[in-house]
Amino acid sequence: MIAFDNVAYSYGGGELLSEVTLRLAPGSFHFLTGPSGAGKSTFLKLCYAELLPTAGRVTLFDREVRALARDDVARMRRRVGVVHQDCQFLDHLPLAANVMLPLTVAGRASDAKDLTDLLGWVGLGALAGALPPSLSGGERQRAALARAVIMSPDVLLADEPTGNLDWDMSLRLLALLVELNRMGKTVLVATHDLNLIRTAKAQVAARVLRIRNRRIQLAGADL
Amino acid sequence: MTGGLRRLGRLASERAADRVVPPAGHTAWLTTFTAGAMVFLAVFALALSLAAGRLADRWSDALARTATIRVSAPADQLDLQARAVLDVLSTTPGIESARAMTDAEQRALLEPWFGPDLPVDTLPLPRLIAVTEDAEGYDAEGLRQRLAAEAPGAVLDDHGRWREPLVAAAGRLRTLGLLAILLIGGAMAAMITLAANASLASNAQVIRVLRLVGARDAYIARAFVRRFTLRALAGAAAGLAAGLAAVLVLPGGGDSVLTGLRFERAEWLWPFVLPPLAGLVAFVATRMAALATLRGLT
Repeated sequence: MIAFDNVAYSYGGGELLSEVTLRLAPGSFHFLTGPSGAGKSTFLKLCYAELLPTAGRVTLFDREVRALARDDVARMRRRVGVVHQDCQFLDHLPLAANVMLPLTVAGRASDAKDLTDLLGWVGLGALAGALPPSLSGGERQRAALARAVIMSPDVLLADEPTGNLDWDMSLRLLALLVELNRMGKTVLVATHDLNLIRTAKAQVAARVLRIRNRRIQLAGADL
Repeated sequence: MTGGLRRLGRLASERAADRVVPPAGHTAWLTTFTAGAMVFLAVFALALSLAAGRLADRWSDALARTATIRVSAPADQLDLQARAVLDVLSTTPGIESARAMTDAEQRALLEPWFGPDLPVDTLPLPRLIAVTEDAEGYDAEGLRQRLAAEAPGAVLDDHGRWREPLVAAAGRLRTLGLLAILLIGGAMAAMITLAANASLASNAQVIRVLRLVGARDAYIARAFVRRFTLRALAGAAAGLAAGLAAVLVLPGGGDSVLTGLRFERAEWLWPFVLPPLAGLVAFVATRMAALATLRGLT
């Protein structure tokens, strides 16, 4: 589904990621952890082609991202749902329109009942008409998750999705991610919250990747 | 061409793309105002061009079908040679009519230069004969040779040396009017491009979000293009209304560019081409600016 072959990424003269080789198999659940600034967000951006590797190959759905035309990148992103750390909403549009945005830009019709169900699933049924700036951090994160899954993507990437949430809300969001994985979605969550990872491992067969010294390695029992 | 028309048609119907870009912003007024002002000016340039064209045609037609024969001879032979000229003209194919101008007519011609009290009788003025040709026209060279034989003091002036510079001047004025319209279109395209670039820059975050959720460049461009095209059309419609109102109060039907600027008959339809043209200019300028900006983003 997503494959990295000896990938490196440099920024501002320094190498942020180096010799990254891994594969995210369909239906897998991965956590990516590491200290702040280690390159977790950069790795996710490489996964959905917002950044291109400075060396090596990133393959998305069996296609090398560097060889993709701009329209192909757009089409690929419709198959990858992303929960951004800062949510990335259009503040002038109400929550429902923001959640439907991937459908809108793809020219697909949206079913009002499906939208109501989706907002209900993330616990935001009563806030469909609210503007993003009026939402709390937790509401924004759940809305971002709803937007990420509305296209029923094959892959779901989440960048510090619980960063602004209290523990109860984090568990609720985790439950949603686990539920999506059980529906067959490939999930990759970047987080530095080790408690969340430990809790998740009790619910789902998640593998943990750790960024250390610019390289990504599988974390062991020392987590 | 077909692709362009299809894109324009899609533009009119698609409002969803428009809504993803935040409303308002100073570029909205800038675009509307620019389009309005430019179309207002273009109406005048068009009026100037059409008036110059009309004048060129009128002068060309009027002078092309007339000629003057000037008979200069000693006083005792003047009437004799004038009569000989009229006889020659009466048998010349292509001449519709010919008549000797009266003293009163000649005085009227000289009055602007010498005043109303000119004693025509005492001056050795040549006799002037006004000639009007028919649709077939006459052979000027043949007529000159016959006049040289029958009336040596007669000189045929077919107005060519007057007509050609006037027609050329009017033609140049018409070209200048059209050039002004082109320059106005170019200036409008430049200003709308600047406004579109400003709008794209101020909406960089919106564009980023749209790209992240899978929007294609064409979709994002359409959101901006639709907005700018509609604004330009609205401004152009206002500019057209103001321009037509201004042209209405101008004098019309005169024999010069300044006194004949008002449109005549079917010419009133020409200015209505300007708003769609302004919309097309805005469409092309914004689309090019948007796609160029988007190509620079990942």
